[in-house]
Amino acid sequence: MKRLFLMLMATFVVSLLYAQGLKIGDKAPDFRLKNVDGKMVSLADYPQAKGFIVIFSCNHCPYVKAYEDRMIDLHKKYASKGFPVVAINSNDPEVVPEDSFDKMVERAQQKKFPFVYLFDEGQKVYPLYGAARTPHVFILSKTANDLVVEYIGAIDDNYKDASAVKEKYVENAVDALLAGKKPSVTETKAVGCSIKVKK
Amino acid sequence: MLRSFISIIIVIVLVGCNLNRQTYSYDTIDVVDFKTLEPQLTKSTDTVYVVNFWATWCSPCVKEFPYFDEAAKIYSGSKVKFLMVSLDFPNQIEQSLKPFVKSRTDRLPVVLLDDPNQNEWINKVSPNWSGALPATLIYKGSSKVFIEGPIDLADITSNIDSLLVKP
Repeated sequence: MKRLFLMLMATFVVSLLYAQGLKIGDKAPDFRLKNVDGKMVSLADYPQAKGFIVIFSCNHCPYVKAYEDRMIDLHKKYASKGFPVVAINSNDPEVVPEDSFDKMVERAQQKKFPFVYLFDEGQKVYPLYGAARTPHVFILSKTANDLVVEYIGAIDDNYKDASAVKEKYVENAVDALLAGKKPSVTETKAVGCSIKVKK
Repeated sequence: MLRSFISIIIVIVLVGCNLNRQTYSYDTIDVVDFKTLEPQLTKSTDTVYVVNFWATWCSPCVKEFPYFDEAAKIYSGSKVKFLMVSLDFPNQIEQSLKPFVKSRTDRLPVVLLDDPNQNEWINKVSPNWSGALPATLIYKGSSKVFIEGPIDLADITSNIDSLLVKP
């Protein structure tokens, strides 16, 4: 009986830990998700990468739309340097029909996304990362065996006006990593759309 | 006779409803930065303040909007005040925000928060807030409840009730 109780407690504590999501310095889990081109993609498929700019994203959210061009620019600037953008849509299309896989394919074609845009079917990946909103960025760096979380937060400090941005959080963090340093700002917050889950 | 009786009843009901009842027309909606909004989030009185962060493009926000209108109706005679803080983009005020609010309520005050410096002000609303909408702050003095994500009428009223009875 006592053992059962302890096991239940342990399960509870572990689930609580996972519910918190990833923190700076944590190992990030890989995943295998369907890209808009129909192919399955894992982070392990990028042996040349030094890391990743993982962005939890979607189609419908106005904050995402405000950042799509900046996401494209990030990929164009950093993919060749070893930090590609990996966008993931974790919304449940039954809650938001505009975030279905088919609509993702449409959006990717319209905007000519140069990065992979993956569908988190069954909503399994976002809780592991602790993503809460869109857009929500996780910058990962690659070590010998692992992926390590280096930055969690916003793309920059002005969703409204790319020309009025004072701090490019993601660019600064990736530049630091490319220079062999740790990012000086590791966590930021921004308003976004909640990741949509059935109640 | 019956007809005049009914008219009198209707007049009494209408007058009764309008006592202590502030209504809003939303012909203008104030656009504020966080510095202007902050005093509304930190009042140290014996009134319970219910502050909802929302936007017309946010579907769970739209769904729960009527709950706040209903709660404002329920607590119209109590020391409870509501504030709906819209995070719609300022260029959407005429097109989206005003028509939406006008069709849903006339008793909830609405302001639009336009402050790009989100990394600073989100933590000031609550260190527990990721920034995702909707989010609701219910407080009385230093007793605060912060809820990220959808809320229903029962959540709203039970939090108000427990704060109302706090000394």
